[in-house]
Amino acid sequence: MVTGTRERAKADIARVHELMAIVRGDAKHAEAAESTADALWVLYDQVLRLSPDAGDERDRFYLSKGHGPMAYYSILALKGFIDPAELYRFGTFHSPLGHHPDRIKVPGIDISSGSLGHGLPLAVGSALGLRALRRPGRVWVLMGDGELDEGSNAEAIAYAGRARLDTLHVVLIDNHSATQGWPGGMEERFRIEGWSCARVDGRDHQALADAYREEHGGQPRLVVADVGAASSRVNKGEGGS
Amino acid sequence: MAGMMRQRFVDVTSELLETTGNLAVLTADLSAEMFSQARARHPERVINVGIREQLLISMAGGMSLVGMRPIAHSFAPFLIERPFEQIKLDLNHQGTGAVLVSAGASYDIASGGRTHQSPGDVALLSTLPDWTIHVPGHADEAEAMLRDAATRDDLIYIRLSNQSNRQPYATPGSGCLSTLRAGEQATVIVVGPLCDAVLEATADLDVTVLYAATVRPFDGATLRQAVADQAVPRVVLVEPMLEGTSSAEVLRSLSGRPVSLLPLGVPREELRYYGTANQHAIAHGLDAAGLRRAISSFISER
Repeated sequence: MVTGTRERAKADIARVHELMAIVRGDAKHAEAAESTADALWVLYDQVLRLSPDAGDERDRFYLSKGHGPMAYYSILALKGFIDPAELYRFGTFHSPLGHHPDRIKVPGIDISSGSLGHGLPLAVGSALGLRALRRPGRVWVLMGDGELDEGSNAEAIAYAGRARLDTLHVVLIDNHSATQGWPGGMEERFRIEGWSCARVDGRDHQALADAYREEHGGQPRLVVADVGAASSRVNKGEGGS
Repeated sequence: MAGMMRQRFVDVTSELLETTGNLAVLTADLSAEMFSQARARHPERVINVGIREQLLISMAGGMSLVGMRPIAHSFAPFLIERPFEQIKLDLNHQGTGAVLVSAGASYDIASGGRTHQSPGDVALLSTLPDWTIHVPGHADEAEAMLRDAATRDDLIYIRLSNQSNRQPYATPGSGCLSTLRAGEQATVIVVGPLCDAVLEATADLDVTVLYAATVRPFDGATLRQAVADQAVPRVVLVEPMLEGTSSAEVLRSLSGRPVSLLPLGVPREELRYYGTANQHAIAHGLDAAGLRRAISSFISER
């Protein structure tokens, strides 16, 4: 019998991992998916105003990381967006679930992604659009530290800061995979452009929830979910995870 | 003549912002000043993103995702070629809609050199599906295209130019080829601002002249009708952009039949000379005299 919130949290994340285990055939990105599970689960379970029957006032979630969407699909299955049976045929010809998610094939997925550096710029447009339409939804983007290499992100980070897009939130998974590091730290690139920034242990659900909810008026928001370097990965040859 | 289409774009768009509540205009510094009055009235819908063309396109996709109708504008090479992956993924693949409006077509900015010229923009965009591509030959045509585009939710490219015909030739809203002349020796299809030059070039030639201000989707039906009774149609395609941009469309619309096709346009090779657009047209054989030479020669080939 599950009693306290800590026990419930453990049972929930265990269930996410169970579903992820079903999703086979993408071992190359298994580690990437593993690193997103906690940060993504807390977001979907405690913060996002998003459900299969949500109306126009809903939040939006853009998975920009693109690679290794097993955690994402599993969470969408748990939350009722996807039939869990679909997880068994992940990546097959007729499956709606490809190795990179597609909003056209899966209602519940907000953007189609896979090529790095597109999710944040798209989110900037959506946040501006919601502001122009006077709609209350927030826009959340999940990115990877390797993905930050892409120059298109620099354009988006700069503009979002200048436009004071405070409905825009980035969750950046730092598994220390970027092949060339970040002199001065990756948060500096956001902070200098006027973002509110925080870094938390990416497996600590309470810390994640607190950081997601922290007040940050008038600025776009960055939460870095640090999941540590899972294994030695110097000169891996593939920047994005 | 210079800049008339771009000014009309600014004026018409500024007016449409008043009546179309989900319309937005995005610029990347170029032409941003021209929208300053509109921006003062609609600061949340007239947005200058700075010199950030990848963001320009992605933002259009992101706005479309939440129900806006975005118009994104810059010079053609910076709007189409520089952020092409963003067009492919954040517009096409994403299933979003947007209106892309360019200024500075082909060799309009002659003295700016290659970096400011993209004769290949339409050909490049044509590698993607679902784009309506307009190449207006007059500001009135551009205006009609813009007004129509603002009410839709699909993918539209309007390619403005400093070159213009003296009058509009297209039937507004039809996207069809207009038959300007009927003749026997060949069928000349001319696109956009080169129409007056073609009419002058063929004034004493026995040719059909069909005018296109919209090249995608290509109006094959009118072409088929025009050559229906010809054993081997002889077709000349005159385009103010990369030579052969619409050759495949012409051949596809006449599929199953032998066709003799002469595509005229801007060559692939860079023209490393400056001067004026007129001088470039002459260099490319796209002035009236050059067109007359090429078309006469084609007709007299047996």
